[in-house]
Amino acid sequence: MTLREVREILEAEVLACEDLLDREPRSACGSDLLSDVLAFTKENSLLLTGLTNPQVIRTAEMSDLIGVVFVRGKRPEPATVELAVMKKIPLLATKLPMYEACGRLYMRGLRGCSEVE
Amino acid sequence: MTDEKPLIEIERRITGGDFQSAGDVSSELKRILQQIGFPAAFSRRVVIAAYEAEMNVVIHAFRGIFRAWIFPRHIHIEVDDEGPGIPDLELAFQEGYSTAPPHIREMGFGAGYGLSNMKKCSDRLEIDTRVGEGTKVVMDFFLKDS
Repeated sequence: MTLREVREILEAEVLACEDLLDREPRSACGSDLLSDVLAFTKENSLLLTGLTNPQVIRTAEMSDLIGVVFVRGKRPEPATVELAVMKKIPLLATKLPMYEACGRLYMRGLRGCSEVE
Repeated sequence: MTDEKPLIEIERRITGGDFQSAGDVSSELKRILQQIGFPAAFSRRVVIAAYEAEMNVVIHAFRGIFRAWIFPRHIHIEVDDEGPGIPDLELAFQEGYSTAPPHIREMGFGAGYGLSNMKKCSDRLEIDTRVGEGTKVVMDFFLKDS
């Protein structure tokens, strides 16, 4: 599944790096705890989160994540978007709440971080 | 550490409470490791541990110094801070235990995985802490043959 398909499935808006939507996440993680993301995600995963501060992008950068989706209509701070553009991390925003956003992607075959090698 | 000469040494200041710059040092380290050409999985565990250590200084301490020695097959990191120190180190290593204040938790940190994650990512971790003075974190990472 590409990020372009993720955008369609989540009816999401693209906030940064529209040119990188051909990327394919190998798994995904839904979390509002960056400590958990750092401890438990796999590289090349997609993060779904309700957090919007720039440390989300730092965490994605350090963990080699390939994109971030902001859920339940949250809008990131301008500094978050700037950092994402600089680090080439695509940002999407959906109005769906966390559970539904994760559920839609999971139903379409995007696995969780603990289910991939 | 070894007697071998490092490829690169870096030394950077970290300012407590400065969330604007938090992560800059680890980001620079990541760039350097990529330029040298370390395998992605190795760089990832070094950089995640470095970022956890850097964030600990930003969250808990007044200021700190981050030093890294990058050898061809080994990375040595020392993060030395002036801060409150850790009163009960065993407790601090317990997953889920955290002393981070509410505004830090709102940012998504302070879930109590920092130290255990640093231990998981590194090949050697040593912590020297004095209450009311500060904490020194020393980590080593060895590139193993794949």
